[in-house]
Formats: sequence, C-alpha cells, structure tokens
Amino acid sequence: MKILKIFIIVFLSSGFFELKSDEKNSELASKILKNVRCLICQGQSVYDSESEFASTIKLIVNKKINEGFKEDSIYEFLREKYGDWIIYEPKLTKNTYILWLLPLLLFLIGGAIIYKNLKIKK
Amino acid sequence: MKNKLTLLIIITLLGFCFIVFYKGLNNSNFYTPEIVSKKNIPSFEAKDFNLNIFINSKKIFEEDIFYIVNIWASWCVPCIEEHPFLMTLSKNKSVKLIGLNYRDKLNNAKKFINELGNPYSQIIIDKDGSVSIEFGAYGVPETFVVDKNKKIVKKFVGPINEEILSEIELIIK
Repeated sequence: MKILKIFIIVFLSSGFFELKSDEKNSELASKILKNVRCLICQGQSVYDSESEFASTIKLIVNKKINEGFKEDSIYEFLREKYGDWIIYEPKLTKNTYILWLLPLLLFLIGGAIIYKNLKIKK
Repeated sequence: MKNKLTLLIIITLLGFCFIVFYKGLNNSNFYTPEIVSKKNIPSFEAKDFNLNIFINSKKIFEEDIFYIVNIWASWCVPCIEEHPFLMTLSKNKSVKLIGLNYRDKLNNAKKFINELGNPYSQIIIDKDGSVSIEFGAYGVPETFVVDKNKKIVKKFVGPINEEILSEIELIIK
C-alpha cells in the first residue's frame, strides 16, 4: 500500500513538473517570437502574424526550445539566416553605436542644461 | 543674439530631420535579406520526393558542379509562372536543379510536376518549412545559386523571369 502511495505521488509530481516545464517553454517561445520581426508582413512580429513564414518560424523556435537551445542561441541562429533586421532589439555593434548611445548622450546634455539653468536661477 | 542662435539651431535640426525622413520615403519598405558574402549551404536531412527515403545534404550536393536550389509549392501561383524558365535551365548540362517542395501536399505536388514537367534532378520534401529556413528563405518561390565550393553565391526572391534566367546563366557559365 505504501509503495502504491509513493508511486502515485511520484507519478503525479512528475506530471506536474512536466506541465511546469511546458509552461516555461511556451512563455520563452512567446517572448522570443514577440522580439522576432515578420519579414513578409512588415510592422508585425512573428508572434502576431499568421503568415506561412511566421508559422514556420514559430515551429522552428518551438523545436529549438524543446531541443534545449537557449534564448540567445535562437536569436543567433535567426540572425545568421536573416541578418540583424529580423530581431527587433538590435545588437550593440559598430553600426548601432549611435542608436544605442545617442539617447544616453541627449539625456546627459539635457540634464546638464537643466542643471545649469537651475543653478543660474538659484 | 542668443535667441537668434537658438532659432537657427532649431531650424537646422528640423531641416535635418525633414531631409532624413523625406529620403526615407523613397526607400523601399520591403526588406530582402542580403546574402552575406558566400554563405555555406546548410547541413540538413530531408525526405526524397520520389524515393521516399531520407537523404543527407552532403549526398545531394556531392558533385563539383553548380547547383540551383529552387523552393516551390503546388499552391504557389508565381511558381507556375517561373516553371518554363526552370525547364529551360534544366537543359543546361553544367548545372543541377534541386527542388525544395515547401509545405505542400505530396499528391498536389506530384500532379503539378506531371502537368508542367520536371526540371529538377532531385526533389526534396520540406514538409514543415524547416529546410527553407536553414537556407534563409522566407517564402515561395525562391532560388539559390550554389557554386562548386558549395557556397550560396546568389539568391533570387520571387519568380524567375527572363532577366533572372540570363543572370543565372551568366553565373554558371
């Protein structure tokens, strides 16, 4: 009887963990797909698109997640096949320095101007 | 003087933004992935259309000749349009045409080939589209030129026309 109880607990908990892992995988897939651009339906992410291309990418991403690929390696795979454009968030490279650093620079300049004006008023 | 300078800076900035956006209006809003300097053909395993067995990409591209990889489907209307050009290309002995049947029903695909002719040396089935993704394709029809070193040297998005056919013939010459 005791063995049966243990067996039932182990069986149910394994199902629970499997469910948890499926949930985790599906969350990761959604996160990735929302950050992948649909190349044939401009302005839409693969997550939102129903096109042939998007459904194939969804399939590939799910397959890669189930195979144990990490988020970054899936992005890297898609970048290698389609270039940087396919990912919404661009990587920090020499081509994107301005894109990443300009807002920070503008923020610093703006902050300095405000600080200077406040000092003058005082 | 200070106000004039501020106004000048604002006008210059606005003018700069206007020029950038105006130039952007003339750009195409359709993105075509570029071929990054001679990419290697992907390694994959897929089912053969006629033999119904799995074959490796190394076996498909084993000869030291040019290969044309054409992604097609029976449900794709532009594929019908480009088919006569593929038939012309298949007569060229210095090249082998590999057909990649993209997300298609086998019976429909067979009917398509029986009706329009078979320009391909070998057809592989890409049931879920994963092989096409490995090639970096995003739709049908799409055509890749693979050189003798097994590198993709050119990619054509959309149906082959007379102009593209001449370009391919020039590459494989």
